[in-house]
Amino acid sequence: MMQTHPTPKPGFARKALDAVTRLTDSFSYPLRLSHYVELVNPLWATHAMQARVEQVWDETKNARTLTLKPGLNWRGFRAGQHIRLGIPVDGKHFTRTYTISSPPEREDGRFTITVKAIEGGTISHHLVRNVRVGDYLPIGLPHGDFHLPDAQPVSPLFITAGSGATPAMSMLRSMIAQERLVDTVHIHYAPHEFDVIFGKDFQQLAREHPRYAYHPVYTQQIGEPAVAGGHFSAEQLNRLCPDWQSREVYACGPQSLLAALELHFGNAGRARHLHTERFRAAFAEIPAQATGGRVSFARAGVQVDADATTSLLRVAEQAGMNPPHGCRMGICHACDTRLVSGCVRDLRTGKVHNEAGSVIQPCVCASAGDCELDL
Amino acid sequence: MNTHALPVKLTDAQIEEFGRELDAMREEVIDSRGEADRRYIVTLIRIQRSMALAGRILILASILLLPAWEHGFASTAGFWLLLALGTLSLALAKIIENMEIGHNVLHAQWDWMNDPTIQSGTWEWDHVCPSDQWMHSHNIRHHTWTNVLGKDPDIGYGLLRMSAAQRWKPFHLGQPIYALLLALLFEWGVAIQELELGKFFTKKEHIETVGPQLRRTGRKIAAQVTKDYIAWPLLGVALTLPFALAGVGPSLLTVFLAVLGAGAVACLARSLWTYLIIFCGHFPEDVHVFSKAQVENETRARWYVRQMLGSCNIGGGRLFHVLSGNLSHQIEHHLFPDLPSNRYPGLAVRVRALASRYGIPYNTGSLTRQFGTTLMKIVRLSLPGGGAAAAA
Ligand SMILES: Cc1cc2nc3c(=O)[nH]c(=O)nc-3n(C[C@H](O)[C@H](O)[C@H](O)COP(=O)(O)OP(=O)(O)OC[C@H]3O[C@@H](n4cnc5c(N)ncnc54)[C@H](O)[C@@H]3O)c2cc1C
Ligand code: FES
Repeated sequence: MMQTHPTPKPGFARKALDAVTRLTDSFSYPLRLSHYVELVNPLWATHAMQARVEQVWDETKNARTLTLKPGLNWRGFRAGQHIRLGIPVDGKHFTRTYTISSPPEREDGRFTITVKAIEGGTISHHLVRNVRVGDYLPIGLPHGDFHLPDAQPVSPLFITAGSGATPAMSMLRSMIAQERLVDTVHIHYAPHEFDVIFGKDFQQLAREHPRYAYHPVYTQQIGEPAVAGGHFSAEQLNRLCPDWQSREVYACGPQSLLAALELHFGNAGRARHLHTERFRAAFAEIPAQATGGRVSFARAGVQVDADATTSLLRVAEQAGMNPPHGCRMGICHACDTRLVSGCVRDLRTGKVHNEAGSVIQPCVCASAGDCELDL
Repeated sequence: MNTHALPVKLTDAQIEEFGRELDAMREEVIDSRGEADRRYIVTLIRIQRSMALAGRILILASILLLPAWEHGFASTAGFWLLLALGTLSLALAKIIENMEIGHNVLHAQWDWMNDPTIQSGTWEWDHVCPSDQWMHSHNIRHHTWTNVLGKDPDIGYGLLRMSAAQRWKPFHLGQPIYALLLALLFEWGVAIQELELGKFFTKKEHIETVGPQLRRTGRKIAAQVTKDYIAWPLLGVALTLPFALAGVGPSLLTVFLAVLGAGAVACLARSLWTYLIIFCGHFPEDVHVFSKAQVENETRARWYVRQMLGSCNIGGGRLFHVLSGNLSHQIEHHLFPDLPSNRYPGLAVRVRALASRYGIPYNTGSLTRQFGTTLMKIVRLSLPGGGAAAAA
């Protein structure tokens, strides 16, 4: 007979620890003991988690790997998951999400993230150029459903581009560490052979592990603008991975690549076997005649003109505000606010919202005429 | 055209222009907030917490020097010295926590950083009054209605007669004594004022709202008292207990009283200091108070003028300004309550020049002058009249 498990009661150790914490916190009220422990070593604090930058390494001309040592509250993760990172820039605290690029099996308790500086980006550039060894950055716990199944074996096909290599790197190294690397194919898109995040590492892994087939695809040649047929196509897929119909596909890269993959695998009836990770939200087509409008931020007392495609979160930031946010792609609801009046468009669906008082996500909504937000 | 009722020789249009100049200053500071400001508050918080911790450790360590230990370093003088140092460090930490950090964080001065650990909405301070309750009456009532009779709860804290325009009652005869008691128990006075217990006796519906508020304040008080007057003294006792059982060392009562006393003195020092600074904010000689009629239909620019006329600065050095939470720049604080306090010294220079250009009084003076005239007012107004001496 199967036994039904009652909801687990906190164990004795947990209860004892809670009691001790309550006791020690009564010495430091209204703070917690942890606030004072933080003075000695920020990594020992338990009221908020930080990570210390231990090492930096340039992967390409505009991508850098940061090795981070997390605080005591850190918990294990699955290869492919991501964390939220808090970054102060010009005195303001911003949040961005980064995939862990090292495997969970790494033994020194550290992990890495690999950041590519986005042109016109606010934060990624700062992480790539200005963060120094010894800096402390607030971090969150690992999250995300883009990971390999825990136990059952799959033959993966990784399709990645640019900084989308990060989850694949973590998964590969994890499978190797667990000695469960099965027949794996990896198609990776990058500008040219000297501009590949983890380019050398993937090649090295391919040499050491015959079951791992690495196919770099370069979309430019040095000195030449673009390579014909460099981007994803059915023909290319058949050539590089003839048995793609029997694989679980893990894809991470820009929207154009993921859209092409979704179309292709959908048509082949294999949509369920395509797992994607997006670094930014997929936006719907915006009607060409769509116009923006005047955006008012009621609490800040700020009014600016905005177009129909820029997210209201960005509009607010460009106006010098710093509203709360997390994922910036409509997942976490950290940015939720009320639409006081007017009209906004959800960029993911293209649907227009004009119900005054309704909750909207400014990170994935743009103005669709004049509007006022409770920010 | 002159429709305003403020005691300044300016036309409506001139007042509006004065307001625009202040708005421009405010915009300039907002646009230039950045990394240096963040470093200021983050560093100050770290220093303050280190001082609190050091103070507590020194206080406990002083126990080790009690003569009863009979070891080579034990001496009464050494014990008192260490105890005094620890108490000083703790008192300064408590002062900075309430004044430059807590008060200003609760004014949302640092919310722009978006740092989740330094937000007015979640900050709790080392004070018996829960911070959100205090924020409500302080930020909204006191800062909106500064020095408006019948509107500003801080004119005499519902206890003292601080303006000749307030009607004299025989009760006020005792106000030098009430003022002294308030100085000794300022923190508690503030917490009690927040509860508006006066209404409790006059308005029935107040009972429903005051109930939950009272419970929250009660919990806060319990936690504060536990920390300062029970937990730390008992820790001292716990550390000496094994020795006491073995028959060596000081008596447990001595240890308990030493640690308790140090904590109590630190709290008392903070109470006196905050009272001193805060009473210099709106009560010194030549400060103006206003009637409700004077603030009817008040524009933003007139509000600025009223804040200037109703607030007083105190001169002093950099450390003094930090310890006073920059309330020594009370005028700038009242003009720009939500700008980071580390900017007030710089703003003060400009605001003072602006005031002189427009011929608006700028009330500043030494601590002695400001507090001295406040004391005189407390004494004078305990008797009926006093209009010539204190009224606007
Ligand atoms: C689950 C998840 C995992 C992620 N993992 C990684 C990672 O491992 N490595 C990494 O470098 N980034 C990763 N990102 C992206 C990262 O969170 C930031 O969005 C990125 O660093 C850009 O931040 P920014 O502040 O510089 O740009 P922003 O100021 O936010 O944006 C600037 C401009 O660039 C555009 N933009 C934003 N993101 C991208 C992008 N990824 N590619 C192209 N244009 C973009 C914006 O639309 C905007 O127009 C991940 C995001 C998510 C949601
Ligand atoms: S920032 Fe996460 S939902 Fe908008």
